[in-house]
Amino acid sequence: MKASLAWLSELLGTPLDPADTRDRIAMLGSPVDAMDTLHAELGSIVVGLVLEARRHPNADRLTLTRVDAGGPEPLSVVCGAPNVAAGHKYPFAPVGTVLPGGLKLDRRKIRGEVSEGMLCSARELGLGEDGEGILELTTDAAPGTRLLDVMPIADTRYEIDVSANRPDLLGHEGLARDLGAVLQRAWRLPAFPGAPEPPRVSRAAGTSGEAAGVRITIEDLAGCPRYTAAVIRGVTVGPSPRWLKDRLAAVGSRSISNVVDATNYLMFETGQPLHAFDLKTVRGPAIVVRRPKPGERLVTLDGQTRELQAEMSVIADAGGPTGLAGVMGGAGSEVTPATTDILLECAYFDPRSTRRMRRALGMSTDASYRFERGVDPDATAVRLARAAQLIVAVAGGRIEGCVDVYPQPIAPRTVFLRDARLAQVLGVTVARADVERVLTAVGCVVAPKEDRYAVQVPSWRPDLQREVDLVEEVARLVGYDRFPDEMRPYRVGTIPDAASERLADRLRETLTGLGLHEAVTLPLGPRVSDAQPMVINPLSQEEAYLRHDLLSGLARRVEHNWRQMTRDVRLFEIGHVFDKAGGKRETAGGREYALPHEENRVAGVITGARRPPHWSDSAPPDADLFDLRALLESAVALAAPGATIAPGGDGGWQVRAGDAVIGRALELGADRPAWAAPLFGFEVLVPEDAPVRTPNYVPVPAWPSVDRDVALLLPAGVLAGDVEATLRDAAGKLLERLRVFDEYRGPPLAPGERSVAWRLVFRAADRTLREEEADKALARAVKAAEERHGVRRREA
Amino acid sequence: MAGAELVALATLGAEAEAQIRSAQGREALQQLRTDYLGRKAGRLTAILKTLPDLDPASRRSVGQRANAAKAAIEGWLEEAEARLATAVGGATAADLTMPARQVWRGARHPVTLAMDRVTTIFRELGFTRYVGAEAETEWHNFGALNFAPDHPAQDAHDTLYLGDGVLLRTHTSPLQIRAMLAHQPPIRILCPGMCYRKDPFDASHSPAFQQIEGLAVDEGITFVDLKATLTWWARRFFRPETKVRFRPSFFPFTEPSAEMDVECQICRGAGCATCKQTGWSEMLGCGMVDPAVFENVGLDPERYTGWAFGMGPARMAQQLFGIADMRLLFDADVRLAAQFVDAE
Repeated sequence: MKASLAWLSELLGTPLDPADTRDRIAMLGSPVDAMDTLHAELGSIVVGLVLEARRHPNADRLTLTRVDAGGPEPLSVVCGAPNVAAGHKYPFAPVGTVLPGGLKLDRRKIRGEVSEGMLCSARELGLGEDGEGILELTTDAAPGTRLLDVMPIADTRYEIDVSANRPDLLGHEGLARDLGAVLQRAWRLPAFPGAPEPPRVSRAAGTSGEAAGVRITIEDLAGCPRYTAAVIRGVTVGPSPRWLKDRLAAVGSRSISNVVDATNYLMFETGQPLHAFDLKTVRGPAIVVRRPKPGERLVTLDGQTRELQAEMSVIADAGGPTGLAGVMGGAGSEVTPATTDILLECAYFDPRSTRRMRRALGMSTDASYRFERGVDPDATAVRLARAAQLIVAVAGGRIEGCVDVYPQPIAPRTVFLRDARLAQVLGVTVARADVERVLTAVGCVVAPKEDRYAVQVPSWRPDLQREVDLVEEVARLVGYDRFPDEMRPYRVGTIPDAASERLADRLRETLTGLGLHEAVTLPLGPRVSDAQPMVINPLSQEEAYLRHDLLSGLARRVEHNWRQMTRDVRLFEIGHVFDKAGGKRETAGGREYALPHEENRVAGVITGARRPPHWSDSAPPDADLFDLRALLESAVALAAPGATIAPGGDGGWQVRAGDAVIGRALELGADRPAWAAPLFGFEVLVPEDAPVRTPNYVPVPAWPSVDRDVALLLPAGVLAGDVEATLRDAAGKLLERLRVFDEYRGPPLAPGERSVAWRLVFRAADRTLREEEADKALARAVKAAEERHGVRRREA
Repeated sequence: MAGAELVALATLGAEAEAQIRSAQGREALQQLRTDYLGRKAGRLTAILKTLPDLDPASRRSVGQRANAAKAAIEGWLEEAEARLATAVGGATAADLTMPARQVWRGARHPVTLAMDRVTTIFRELGFTRYVGAEAETEWHNFGALNFAPDHPAQDAHDTLYLGDGVLLRTHTSPLQIRAMLAHQPPIRILCPGMCYRKDPFDASHSPAFQQIEGLAVDEGITFVDLKATLTWWARRFFRPETKVRFRPSFFPFTEPSAEMDVECQICRGAGCATCKQTGWSEMLGCGMVDPAVFENVGLDPERYTGWAFGMGPARMAQQLFGIADMRLLFDADVRLAAQFVDAE
């Protein structure tokens, strides 16, 4: 909503300060997104009195003038306008002024005569299109007075973010009412100069009535509870007077014609949209508010042909639809320069009906914006009368009849407000006098009772329906800043901190410690898998599907880093992934919903050097699968302790918990430049409730160990893990641990054959182990491995 | 035979190794070198000097052992010199201006940092984290939160739908509903998580963004508690003397509703381009839980009251760290990430 400070000042009958008013509007609940000073560039333009005017000696069309611009001496000014005359006042731009078009005035000679400034036209000042002559000022102000102090064009425009529940603030009247409540000032709408007496609007009996021969009928009462209309004949459509143009310009609205401007003015003044029909185009003449008939269409004011649907509400004449109720008029009944007779519509269209309709049409207009939020249903007739007065004031003509079709008036609402409830919600007691004062100031009728108030709420405040609405209204008008902010005792909550969040914290700590940066990628992307749930109304196909895994997204981010010529990239992400299938069904609010499957995961990717280069180690090797495995093991240890990691058949590993595959790690395909290193990634489920590892202390060994190294020749296809399992089983209880410490391939071994060496640590829990015992256990283990896997012991 | 010489060599070797390995200081090492290898009185030199007097067979075996011992001693001396050289102040001390051997170090995401800063303060005040699914039902996201069907309030929540009433949550408020359905008051929770809106991906919008909300529900909770807790938070998050203001606002699920502004951290309230000359910057939305929400989750609004807030950690991160373009937060560019190593 664009609002004019001058307009608000006029309604409140006092000049308002721009910054103070902005802050007050914000503190009343509507943030002010922008505040613009209008015509600030005219600050140096002053009132100039032409003392004498004579023909330029060297040019027929130029006039030499002497201008009193408030200075000690009159100035010589050359003027080209035909209407310049001695004794009159005009806007004068002294030397040095920069005009709105960007022209800077210098002292210069024009055809041999010095000109010390310029007398200006409206167009030169950015005040209108009139450039034919200079702008004559009718003012008593002394020469030299600032033009902005003389003409009512100095103004401040606010861009106000009005919340969806406050339609009354979509007009200056409502803003003035709210400001008046805190400034403790009354507001009133001004009378229009030259307007006739307000016309009488006669209430029709039932759903149909007549205004000066035009029959008005509401068939769709649900969509249109109230419809008023005025017939005005004999208007002259033309340009609007200056004051009206200025007002519209101040709120950023273009002047169209006096009749249309008048309806727009009323909308910006009161928030009530109106529509003027060219009466001669209204067939019948009759107006019916009804549902469309099958197959009906309408060409709207914007030139588009609209298909009408059964649940819409249209304004129709005897020949068919001429407008979309509350949204837009039809092109066929538009007011044109040739129009002389007008049918003026002022209605209350149902908010929900308007909203459904404009959504179905995929459009929003100033009118629909207000109707869908709710205009004042009580003020319809009053506003019709005021708009009719304004039209006659600016376009002439006679008001021949007004009718009000309102078969089922909306009853006023009374809401009870308890003192105890105010204190229960707000935490302090608000004085009864303050409660009454602030509610009355915004139009409530307050009847105090013993421990509560009966409050009749105003028709223009659809947001005041319940007791709590009045609690807020009192707090808002008293001022939130007047309430204390002292810390009072509270009880702690009973819901434990989410285990998955604690786990995520630990994963972040571990993975950043392992040198991976945390990434956040968009969970929406293009389709890569059939399992991805689809967004049915995406902004683009590039963001139409929910992700099915994290690794794909991270691989794209690695490619982004490669494009920046970064070779070492180590990233991880914790986030949700989705699957169309396997989700749960949930009944909520009396309806069953089928949700997609969704789970939290952690994933990491690495590519590039295993460690940062150093002067002692200038070309560290690139990370490989076994660096990946270390990361995988770290993540699994936290997210899925006890899960097993085994080769997955895709050149990588699979993580299993019972039968379920809950993770994987592998070399990833990516769009990799030649200079980049291979890319590896892992991804593991982050459960909602991960077990907390509680180690059970095992006493540290009290007796020495016997260590034995053994190298085995593994034929092609034999896996070290399998051999190790056999060694472990066969070595018996004395084996404390074993680990691979070397692998060798190449001559003199056969191709595919490799030598893998283990260190085995033997220990007895209760004594010093004898060497022979260890040797015996080792021999048993090696024999078992030889028999089961066809390996041979490699002699040193 | 040369038995005596061989025994002497073995003893000498063992002693030399022990002495050299435990030698402290360069002078001590020089002294040991002289003691064993000195040309005049060195103990090994003395043995070598006896060689010409031995018979040829003994000469060979003693000679070989002596040379091996000499090589070993020289090796130990070299090792010890290297050890002493790395100690500060040595003549061949390491150049300590040379850079350290590094390890890869990672950083948490700027939005995580902002989120953690926010939650840390609330957790000190007894709030715990509560999380849930990003795909939600219309009822949890809108209906239960008192959004009237066909009300323009929903326009601010331009929603991405998965079909059949299932949508991508537009805020984490559905978690407040789930918490109140599953638990009895007192409730004090924080709801962090990813939310979605049908917004273009540009410098200040993203179709997915993180949000954090908070909820406190109990008997006797009031607007004063809301103001106190959020003011406390702001003064801990920024500076103890930070100015805070509460402006009326509108959310379907709270009443009274408010926006909390914090004095602009750039101009300290004086007015600048960033705060559009107002001296304030918007921080979060908040309000008292609407009684209709309590009714929807089966809590008696006459008995229980509560307050809630919601804020965007991405915007907060942008402000905190000066990241003008929202898209940078989704780039995972390691040159940006590396700047946040060790940040809290």
